[in-house]
Amino acid sequence: MTVLLIVVAAVVLGLAAGWWLPPNGRLGKRSATATAPTVRRILLPFTGTSISSRSLQAALRLCKAENATLMPAYLARVPRTLPLDAAVPRQASEAMPLLEAIEQQAHAQDVPVDTRIERGRTYRHALSRLLDGEKVDRVIVSANGDTDHGLSEEDLVWLLREAPAEVLILRPGPADDRVVSAAAVAGHF
Amino acid sequence: MEARAGRLKVFLGMAAGVGKTVRMLQEGHAAADSGRDVVVALLETHRREDTARAAEGLSILPRRIVDYRGTALQEMDLPAILARAPELCLIDELAHTNAPGLEHAKRWEDVRDVLRAGIDVLTTVNVQHLESLNDRVTELSGVVVRETIPDAVVGSADEIVLIDLTPEALLERLRAGKVYPAERVDAALNNFFKVENLAALREFSLRQVAEEVEAQRVGHAAAALPRREEHEQGDRAPQAVGERLMAAVEPLPSCQRLVRRAWRSAQRLGAELDVVWVQPPGRPPTDEEEARLGALRTLCSVLGAHLLVESGDDVAVAIAEAARRRGTTYILLGASRPPRGLARMREPLPLQLIRKLPGVDVRIVADRALRKETPS
Repeated sequence: MTVLLIVVAAVVLGLAAGWWLPPNGRLGKRSATATAPTVRRILLPFTGTSISSRSLQAALRLCKAENATLMPAYLARVPRTLPLDAAVPRQASEAMPLLEAIEQQAHAQDVPVDTRIERGRTYRHALSRLLDGEKVDRVIVSANGDTDHGLSEEDLVWLLREAPAEVLILRPGPADDRVVSAAAVAGHF
Repeated sequence: MEARAGRLKVFLGMAAGVGKTVRMLQEGHAAADSGRDVVVALLETHRREDTARAAEGLSILPRRIVDYRGTALQEMDLPAILARAPELCLIDELAHTNAPGLEHAKRWEDVRDVLRAGIDVLTTVNVQHLESLNDRVTELSGVVVRETIPDAVVGSADEIVLIDLTPEALLERLRAGKVYPAERVDAALNNFFKVENLAALREFSLRQVAEEVEAQRVGHAAAALPRREEHEQGDRAPQAVGERLMAAVEPLPSCQRLVRRAWRSAQRLGAELDVVWVQPPGRPPTDEEEARLGALRTLCSVLGAHLLVESGDDVAVAIAEAARRRGTTYILLGASRPPRGLARMREPLPLQLIRKLPGVDVRIVADRALRKETPS
């Protein structure tokens, strides 16, 4: 009789535990995550309608190697005629599919992503605001030599001097014409 | 007891010359004829005879002269309006930027003071001055509109009157010299006043007014609803005329994607987007949640979406209440985490929302992290 009671109690306990614990043993995973050190974040600022494929792949490789989160950030310029916190739907419509494409590529490589859009009067101003508001461990930018679009040489110098993080500037390369753009979005968006 | 704030009525047009000021003056005359104390605080006739004629017989406050770098500028006299304290005040060109050194940088801020003093205001504005439309107008027409007003100023108006005119009729008025003096007509026709520009601006105006009308209608209908059982309220919830989307999120990085998807859908539908987070009551957000909420707030602000932070124990009830209040027609949700413990007994959130909000579409946006194929 006692044995039977013990068996019944064990079965009930087993069922209760099975009921209570989340599927796929996620409790164990969460505990492991909870004790992990602070997640490192790698900022990948960009402008315009495309991003250099080389920069993105470099950022993804680093994120993977360092178990870091990729933070792609679209820098938007707000005209001085508008308040700095004004909505910028036209620029947002450029940024959205690009962020989606980046996120898809990151997920394909199991890299966590936390996207941003930051506004400023200039690209440098937007980047400065972003660095003021976010804690990042590394910034990756591409020196593509195109001073009309994106960050200028002076901006890169400023970034090296002021950024509260490691700065990785990718020198111009032969594959810089390969870009990731909105066309890279897989499926419906 | 706090004094009653004045009522704001905005005459909205697609461009200069559609007749906003004349219509405002006509209403001023009608109010004066009915015995109200009416004052024209600021009138810009732009040398248009029709406009000047329409103002005849109304009391017009003199402008004050402001010296700015050796130039005498004429500006609206806010202290004189407040001292005069009429019942109704007519103030043209709401988006005007004041000369430096006055009480406020913008005329809409002056109007806010007048309303606070309990004075009703009639005012005029063109749709391209609305902040949210500013960059789209620039993209469309190539013209940078430097004087803008927050959308909330127009949104807070008690009444918005659309002064509509077909682009062809407006161009006819322009060519006849009824909008600008003859020497400026050619330049206007070659720049801003093109049929395609005007047609798009007209659409912006019509949409803006339609959204305001709908917001007011839904607001009135919701206020008129009797307090009944929840499911009855669901059946009787005011039905929106246009689409209005709501994305239910948590302050997590993965939810930014949900907001992006929702915003894209809203753009395609020409709809407004609300982003709602249901915060557990009695527990302030952690530092991490606060930071993520900040990121979400920035994203919503960039997109022109509205972030709503609702408090409630029951997520479905809180979302349903917010959706009814906002006149939502379409709710987007992320894929839920697997339920734990007794939560397994509960009906899934999408099903609860479908039941609580009949007639509202519910869409679940997939988690890309679970999709393993390599993008092409």
